[in-house]
Amino acid sequence: MKSKLVIGLGITAALSLAGTANAGATLDGVKSKGYVQCGVSTGLPGFSSADEKGDFTGLDVDMCRAVAAAIFGDASKVKYSPLTAKERFTALQSGEVDMLSRNTTWTYTRDTSLGLNFTGASYYDGQGFLVTKNLGVKSALELDGASFCIQAGTTTELNLADYFRANKMAYTPITFDTSDQTVKAFEAGRCDALTSDQSQLYALRIKLEDPTSAVVLPEVISKEPLGPVVRQGDDEWFNIVKWSLFAMINAEELGVSSANVDEMKEKSTDPNVRRLLGIEGVKGEWMGLPDNWGYSIVKHVGNYGEAFERNVGEGSALGISRGLNALWSKGGIQYAPPIR
Amino acid sequence: MAPQNMPQTSASKVPLWRQPAVRALLFQILLVLGILAVGYYLLSNTLTNMERRGITTGFGFLSNEAGFGILKSLIEYDETDTYGRTFLVGLLNTLLVAGLGVFFATFIGFFVGISRLSKNWLVARLATVYIETFRNIPLLLQIMFWYFAVLRPLPRPRESISVGDTVFLNNRGLFLPQPVPEDGFWLVGAAFAVAVIATIVIARWAHRRQDATGQQFPTGSVGLAMIVGLPLLAYWISGSPMHWEYPVLGGFNFRGGMEVIPELAALVLALSIYTGAFIAEAVRSGILSVTHGQTEAAYALGLRPRTTLKLVIIPQAMRVIIPQLTSQYLNLTKNSSLATAIGYPDLVNVFAGTTLNQTGQAVEVIAMTMGVYLSISLLISMFMNWYNKRKMLVER
Repeated sequence: MKSKLVIGLGITAALSLAGTANAGATLDGVKSKGYVQCGVSTGLPGFSSADEKGDFTGLDVDMCRAVAAAIFGDASKVKYSPLTAKERFTALQSGEVDMLSRNTTWTYTRDTSLGLNFTGASYYDGQGFLVTKNLGVKSALELDGASFCIQAGTTTELNLADYFRANKMAYTPITFDTSDQTVKAFEAGRCDALTSDQSQLYALRIKLEDPTSAVVLPEVISKEPLGPVVRQGDDEWFNIVKWSLFAMINAEELGVSSANVDEMKEKSTDPNVRRLLGIEGVKGEWMGLPDNWGYSIVKHVGNYGEAFERNVGEGSALGISRGLNALWSKGGIQYAPPIR
Repeated sequence: MAPQNMPQTSASKVPLWRQPAVRALLFQILLVLGILAVGYYLLSNTLTNMERRGITTGFGFLSNEAGFGILKSLIEYDETDTYGRTFLVGLLNTLLVAGLGVFFATFIGFFVGISRLSKNWLVARLATVYIETFRNIPLLLQIMFWYFAVLRPLPRPRESISVGDTVFLNNRGLFLPQPVPEDGFWLVGAAFAVAVIATIVIARWAHRRQDATGQQFPTGSVGLAMIVGLPLLAYWISGSPMHWEYPVLGGFNFRGGMEVIPELAALVLALSIYTGAFIAEAVRSGILSVTHGQTEAAYALGLRPRTTLKLVIIPQAMRVIIPQLTSQYLNLTKNSSLATAIGYPDLVNVFAGTTLNQTGQAVEVIAMTMGVYLSISLLISMFMNWYNKRKMLVER
C-alpha cells in the first residue's frame, strides 16, 4: 500500500509542479515563449501531417496557425506536439501544450469532467466504416460478427459498441494505439473493417498501398463535432482560440479571403468587414491582442473555406465535399457569432 | 545501538547530541519526516490543482459503465460492465501472457543454454546464433515482426487451413474444438487430483527407499501412467460426461470452440523467444560455474553423463541461475505491456489505454496500473527468493 502511494506521488509530480492556471497565464506564457505549443495528431493527411521537411499542414494545423497569427501576426510561430489519442488530454491538462487541435470529439464527459473546454467545432464529422471491396458488403448492417480495427481512447470505441448493441449484432474490436497501426492491421487482413470518423477514413484510405481496394460505407453512426480544446480556468485564452475560428468562418461568410484581404482593408465600406479586420468598432485588447488580429488570421491562414479546400476539400487528395461543413447560408451548419 | 561495554558514567557525560546512536536515530527520523513532508506536499498540491482545474478525481469511476468492447476476456464481459471490470479483464489477460511467456521462455532457455555447451559443433553454433540474434534485436520490433509475419501469410476465414474439419487456422486466429463438461465430469477432475497426489507420495517414498536401500523405482513412468490412466478410467466409468463443441464458419468468422487470437500468439512467441535467449545465457553461466572437477569426480564414481548433468551439475548450477532467472521473469512480465502495440487487450491496452482515455482520470488509472505491475513483480520476486533459499548451498 505504501509503495503504491509512493508511485502515485511520483506520477502526480508533473501535475503538482505545473502550477495553477490563472486567467491570462496562458497568453502571457505564449507571448514570453514567442510561440504557441499546439497538440496535433501523429499523422492524419488533411488534418495534421508533416511533410519531408518537417512542416505541418492540415485543417487542424491551420487552427493552431490562426491562433499564432492572431497573437503574433505571424502564422508560423507554432510548435507542434504530435500526440496519440491516449496522450492528448493528459498533455493538455499538464500544460505540455497550450491548445489541442487534434480531431477531438466534443462530448459531455470531456467538456465537463476533464478540466477542459471545447472552443467550437472546426469540423462536423460522423463515424463510418471502411471495408475492402472484395468483402462485398454494401451496408454496415451486414457487418454482424465482423472484426473491427479501431484506435484506442476514442469516441469511436464507444459508438461502435453502442451501434452493435442497438442493432443486436456481434462484433470483435481490436484496438491499437495509433491510426497507423490500425491501417497496418487492416491491410494485413486482421479485421474486416476499419472504423473511425469519416474524415479520417478518407485520410487513412490514401495511406493504403492500394487506396482503390477499399470503400467507405454510406452509414454514419454518430455525431462527431471536432474542435480545438483548451484548459479550463483561463477564459482569456479560451476566447482567443474560440474567436480565431469564428473569425475564419465570418471571413468566409463576408467574402474576405487571403487574396483580397489587403484590398478589402483599403476599400471595403461594409462595417462587418471593417470590424473583422479591426479597422473600427471592436478592440483586440479585450482579448489581450492587437486590433488587427482578425486581419492577421485571414491574411496568413485564410478564411475557413480556403483552409477547408486547401487541406481536405474536393481539390485536395482527400476530396471531401463540404457537406455539413458548408456555411449555414449554403446548406451546411458552420455558423459563427458576429464580430461586433 | 548503544555501545554496551562502555561504562554507564561515560555515557551520561557525553551530551545527548554527541552520542552516535542518538544522532543516527535523529537523522533517520528527520529523513523519514522530510520524505513524508515532500510526499504530502506533492499529493495535496496535485489534488488542489486538479480540483481547481475542474478535473474529476477519486476512484468512483470504477463503478461507472464502461460502454466499450474488449477483444478477448477470460471472464464474462460485455459493454454494460463497469470500468472496474475492465481492470480485471486487462489484469487477467496480462497474467495469461506473463504465465505462458515464463513457461515457454524457461523451456527454450534451458534447452538452448544446454545446447550451446553441446560437444556437437552444429548444435552449439546454432544455439549461439539463436542467442546472439534474438538477444540483440529490440523486443518491440520482434513483437511487430511476429504479429505481421504470422498474420500476413495466413488465409482469410473463408479460405481457412483446416485439419480434419475440426481445427481451423486463418488470419483471425487458431480455432480448436472446445471440450464442454457435462454432469458427472467432476469424477474425472477428482481422479486427476488423486493421481497427482498419489504420484507425489510415491516419489517421496521412492526417494526414501533409494536413500535407505539403493534400490531405484521408475517414479516417472508410473506417475505418468496414473495421471493419464486414472482420469481416463473415471471418464469411461462415468459414461463419457463431456462433448466437443466444434468451431463453425458463420458470416465473417468461426463461432464456437476455442479461439487463440493471433495477438496472443505473436506476443507469447516474441516474449518467450526473446527472454529465452537471456535465460539460455544464464543457464550457460550457471553450468560453467560448476568446475570441471565435479564432472570428472562424478565420472570417476561411474555416473553416466546424463545422470551427472541431472544430479551433480544442474543442482549446483541452479544456485547461479536462479537469481538471473528471477530478473528475466520480472523483465518478461513488465515487457508484456508492449502488447498495446499489436492490440492485445492487456492491462496497459485496456485499462491504462481505453479506460484512462474515456474517463480522463490519468493519475488514478496509472497509479493502479503501476501498483499491479509492482505487485506482480514483488510476488514473483518473493517466490523466486524462497525457491533460491531452498536451492542455496547448504554449508556444513
